[in-house]
Amino acid sequence: MRGAWGQGLRNVGDTTLRIVERIGAVVLFLGQILRHSGTSFRRFSLVIREIYFAGVQSLIIILVSGLFVGMVLGLQGFETLQSYGSSESVGVLVALSLMRELGPVVSALLFASRAGSAITAEIGLMKATEQLSAMEMMAVNPLARVVAPRFWGGVISLPLLAALFTALGIMGGFLVTVIMLKVDSGAFWSQMQAAVDFRHDILNGMIKSLVFGVAVAAIATFEGYEAPPTAEGVSGATTRTVVSSSLAILALDLLLTAFMMKGWN
Amino acid sequence: MIHQVEIRDLNFGYGDQLVLKGIHLTVPKGSLVAIMGLSGCGKTTLLRLMGGQLLARQGSVRVAGQELNHMNEAQLYAMRRQVGMLFQFGALFTDLSVFDNVAFQMREHTRLPESMIRDLTLMKLNAVGLRGVQSLMPAELSGGMARRVAMARATALDPALILYDEPFTGLDPISMGAIGRLIRQLNDALGATSVLVTHDVQESMKIVDYIYFVSDGVIVAQGTPEEIHASALPFVHQFVWGEADGPLPFHYPGPTLKMDFGDERGQA
Ligand SMILES: Nc1ncnc2c1ncn2[C@@H]1O[C@H](COP(=O)(O)OP(=O)(O)OP(=O)(O)O)[C@@H](O)[C@H]1O
Ligand SMILES: [Mg+2]
Repeated sequence: MRGAWGQGLRNVGDTTLRIVERIGAVVLFLGQILRHSGTSFRRFSLVIREIYFAGVQSLIIILVSGLFVGMVLGLQGFETLQSYGSSESVGVLVALSLMRELGPVVSALLFASRAGSAITAEIGLMKATEQLSAMEMMAVNPLARVVAPRFWGGVISLPLLAALFTALGIMGGFLVTVIMLKVDSGAFWSQMQAAVDFRHDILNGMIKSLVFGVAVAAIATFEGYEAPPTAEGVSGATTRTVVSSSLAILALDLLLTAFMMKGWN
Repeated sequence: MIHQVEIRDLNFGYGDQLVLKGIHLTVPKGSLVAIMGLSGCGKTTLLRLMGGQLLARQGSVRVAGQELNHMNEAQLYAMRRQVGMLFQFGALFTDLSVFDNVAFQMREHTRLPESMIRDLTLMKLNAVGLRGVQSLMPAELSGGMARRVAMARATALDPALILYDEPFTGLDPISMGAIGRLIRQLNDALGATSVLVTHDVQESMKIVDYIYFVSDGVIVAQGTPEEIHASALPFVHQFVWGEADGPLPFHYPGPTLKMDFGDERGQA
């Protein structure tokens, strides 16, 4: 009995240690990326190319998901608010949920599985086929030439994608409530306008998606760069990118929300 | 005599297994030296040590008189600007075209105008007979073509030291002869120094100045092509003439046949 408990406890301890170690490794890697970011800003076309790949690839799925999430929010919100006789406030509900939470979080989750996994697979394959070694031998640091541009491409594209997600979500909510359920259009917009605060809602949402962007891009590049140079190694790394970024996004969201509610404003 | 590469008492291993044991090797400036040995004997490892991608456990590796073990990252990168390496499997950048692969270092390290980069790149591609494929992607090349493109890329900035890992594998006899001559030419015309890892005894005997034989992690024989040709050492003879029977084992050490296949096959 005691042995089983001891073993269980040890497993929990081991796992915790591994996770903490892994987080530490990602943070160190992030430091290395930052140190090697000079090239990315001197030759910004390298980053633009990655914004194109990471951002444009995820665009369709982000737009479609935003629209659907907004429509569902509109339906659910309408139904609940109607029983309090305040169905015009549905615009506020849709806008605030999207700006504060769903926009940053859902688009980050989608981005991690679409663009994050692609970044990991690409870097991992370049490593497995010795392209990174070849680059080192050509006196070009792969951290500066391959990793940092992909990192910055991710960091820059995610907040933009989250903004689009939110915009499409509001459109979705508008479609369902105003066009289909005949909520008054003027009330929908004016209440939203009155309730949304730039700093408290929009800026905080932007900060969230910026932080998520850093986390996803750091994890994705880290997993690719550290992947064992084999087919299984790369596929395992791709899966780990999706799982760990998703967990990181949710954990960071909790942390950031708590901070933002207590208020640095 | 100045040595481009000088290796002393080198020990290296992956994990517990020692791959190279007490290697002594020098490559004089301007020479073309071959390293030969059975598959898996540590030739690629030795090249990577010369390029500073692996660091020696013990002993010293000097390139152009500088000890690689004592270099920091910046010094290592500075040293590599003088080194070109042809990887065993080409390692072309799969997201860049053939032209961009060869032009890569010129764009990264020089401020040459694009028109000059174009001329230089086409010259390098022409030297390996592949000017016609400049706009293809690496995935559209055959194995031998990819190897030749990789060779053009490795020599793009006219390095002082060129490391070739098996440049002849997968080439037809005609390209093999042409590539062999090209390696010699590059060496002499640029005043470069070259290290050539190869299995192809006959082809490399024609072009190299000196040969090292590696077996089981140690250098077992060395000499000029004439000396090697005339050598009476049993395994050199076996290697040069490609005989299956002799002191060099074809099989990687492992359990006996009898243990792996059971009694009947083992006895047969
Ligand atoms: N990354 C690695 N990790 C562990 N062991 C390795 C690694 N790379 C090579 N080895 C081992 O080191 C030994 C030498 O490998 P190396 O690639 O240097 O051989 P080689 O002489 O180039 O062979 P080939 O002619 O087949 O290319 C082999 O036994 C191999 O199993
Ligand atoms: Mg090899």
